[in-house]
Amino acid sequence: MGPAGVQGFMYPNEVELQWSVLIVLYPYITGLVAGAFILASLSRIFNIAAVKPIYRLSLLTALAFLLVAPLPLQLHLGHPERSFEMYLTPHKTSAMAMFGFVYLWYLLVVLLTEIWLDYRGDIVRLAQTHRGPMKWIYAALTLGSYHVSAASRRIDDRVGWAVTLIGIPSAFLLHGYVGFIFGAVKANPWWSTPLMPIVFRFSAMVSGIAAVLVVYQATTRIRKKEADMLCLDTVAKYLFYVFLIDFSLEMLDLVHRMYESNESFRALDFMVHTRLYFSQIVVQIYLGTLLPIGMLAVTQVVKLRAPIRRVLYTTAAGLTLIGILAMRWNVVIGGQLFSKSFLGYTTYKMAFATREGLLPTIALMILPFPILWALLKLLPPWGEQKAT
Amino acid sequence: MELNRRQLLAGAGKFIILSGAARAALDGDASRYNAAEHWWGMTIDVGKCIGCGNCVRGCAAENGVPRGYFRTWVERYQVNGEDIEHPQVDSPDGGFNGFPPRHEAWAKSFFVPKLCNHCADSPCVQACPVGATFDSPDGVILVDEKYCVGCRYCIQACPYGCRYLHPTKNTADKCTLCYHRITQGLTTACAEVCPTGARKLADLKNPADPVHEFLRSNNVQILKPYMATRAKVYYKDLDGAVR
Amino acid sequence: MLCTAASVKTILKESEHLIRLVLVAAILVVVFLVVRNVVVPAGFGKYGHYRAEALDDVRARAVSFAGRQACEACHGEVVQTKNQGKHAQVGCEACHGPLAAHAGDPIANQAVKPDPATLCVRCHEADSAKPKGFPQVISSEHAGGTSCGACHNPHRPAI
Repeated sequence: MGPAGVQGFMYPNEVELQWSVLIVLYPYITGLVAGAFILASLSRIFNIAAVKPIYRLSLLTALAFLLVAPLPLQLHLGHPERSFEMYLTPHKTSAMAMFGFVYLWYLLVVLLTEIWLDYRGDIVRLAQTHRGPMKWIYAALTLGSYHVSAASRRIDDRVGWAVTLIGIPSAFLLHGYVGFIFGAVKANPWWSTPLMPIVFRFSAMVSGIAAVLVVYQATTRIRKKEADMLCLDTVAKYLFYVFLIDFSLEMLDLVHRMYESNESFRALDFMVHTRLYFSQIVVQIYLGTLLPIGMLAVTQVVKLRAPIRRVLYTTAAGLTLIGILAMRWNVVIGGQLFSKSFLGYTTYKMAFATREGLLPTIALMILPFPILWALLKLLPPWGEQKAT
Repeated sequence: MELNRRQLLAGAGKFIILSGAARAALDGDASRYNAAEHWWGMTIDVGKCIGCGNCVRGCAAENGVPRGYFRTWVERYQVNGEDIEHPQVDSPDGGFNGFPPRHEAWAKSFFVPKLCNHCADSPCVQACPVGATFDSPDGVILVDEKYCVGCRYCIQACPYGCRYLHPTKNTADKCTLCYHRITQGLTTACAEVCPTGARKLADLKNPADPVHEFLRSNNVQILKPYMATRAKVYYKDLDGAVR
Repeated sequence: MLCTAASVKTILKESEHLIRLVLVAAILVVVFLVVRNVVVPAGFGKYGHYRAEALDDVRARAVSFAGRQACEACHGEVVQTKNQGKHAQVGCEACHGPLAAHAGDPIANQAVKPDPATLCVRCHEADSAKPKGFPQVISSEHAGGTSCGACHNPHRPAI
């Protein structure tokens, strides 16, 4: 019997996993960003009035998560102090290097610009009405321009619309690229598939929409307001449809693998039925996909009263968030549990209070929420038109 | 074995002259090394490997490889009957202390040394986001440990499992084909200490190098040719069961 | 659409904030380019997408194994003996370990004679994976378990 936790044979350097739970968290967070943004763009570009109430909330949610996204990577790097090298000397053949620019583009040119353009009227007003240190923060955000005439706001609207328009493919690129980072690794058959960027993109949308739904429910509860049922119904409907597409794509990948049944499949199949059984079959598929799809399907075909629908939506969204996290786990960790010799398996020994352990992971999962809270205080999204 | 005074003086004299000359020659070699004249690889004769582990220990001594991590390692295969797709393979501590002996003469059994294949079309170099791992002008894949950020993408990208993260330097690490030795006219540490000559350094650009005859007259394979990495470690008589 | 001077002026006035935004962006880009010029090492890109100095860094490592030719200078007789026997192809350091330090300063760095009990069995302990023609014995049953050195000269092992 080989080293501890190893079944069969692994190349000696493969026994220890390289990418930890932090690398599970990273695609999860960027997925939430992309999904939340797509939801926001539904009202802006496709003029779906029903989701207008959550437009600003979606943008701020996306921003809160996007700001946290690089942190798991920094914690994971052997030399985080050198991470800026990816911007200084990016290797153009490396998907990871190019992703740095996709991230930067999305953060600066898309998200921050869109938020700034939409909020500019409020920012100027807040800069003029506040006193003390807050005044300076808002003043800085105005970039020195207090010009908020109707004409200038119309220009903002037009430019903002264009930014959102580029934003949609940018959001697809943001998370599709993360999928490509895995999908392009020919050495790893669990990852290497052209479907990977697409599956990542759709699961990102699912998780992002679910996240905004949960955040909206939570904020309306905290603010003791009434949830806009038309908005909620519409969001839930989109969640349902996108989830169906996502599930179909994942099943397509699975069925294709099973049918072709090449060398890697037998090793992977064994892994799924043993080490990955709980996270893949139980959590991701049953609890995290089939159950929420079932719940949402019920709300689509059966006429239910508003309070019941709200409970179903929130529960389904919560399960979805867990399910998509499990999916990221199954891709990242699952891809490292089997040997590239296809002759063995290892175990992931997740530490707790180390740099790459469970504790910092939990902390990073919680961190976007205080950031979101701060953003909601800084740039309150309320005072939106109720959807008619 | 005692040396008498005469032998000692003669030896010392020879030593002073030869080592001085050697040092001058080595230094001269070091500065006269022209990368464009070399294209490095390695040949491995599987039929000669006895699994002694000298190469694993030698590499660790020469390159300061931390225990539990492997720039090179030896695998022992046992193929039972017709199930050639599921050999029994073991590599206890990479073969660092050899192998606990087995005496089943009925199965087909052999040793396979493994190392970085210094691929001409390397997926690890393609994956590196910052340019910390690269293909040298003479065909050796190296890691710049002052530039590596430790993202481990290269380790994921290598189909052969030859890379690891150095536990104290926190940078990617792997076989350098003893670049510091071969650029001075020496051979790699593993080839130096291999008692049977199973492992030999190869210079594909040198017309006099035995690698050309080796490739011409033997059944030769590279590992995982379907990965299209253009690996430059050539195995003689590699069994189909080898992963 | 008529682009009169007045309408262009109006548009500029109304989008003054956007011009500020573009200006901020331009400044950030310039700062980035300046930083990049300063920080990226000089030799980067000379031979490829890497620091050229890295080649020298790797080559600077000190050598631990001296190589077979280095031993011959002082130990010519032993080498001659070895070349006449079955261990002719076995390098000196395959058994004696890394000796570049010893070759550099033989008096200060003494070589250590390896212990036959652990050394010889590494190669010659019988194992079904070893090549059939290779001399191998089950050490506990061979010659009643006596030490290898009792009968075999490691430099010329045939009896």
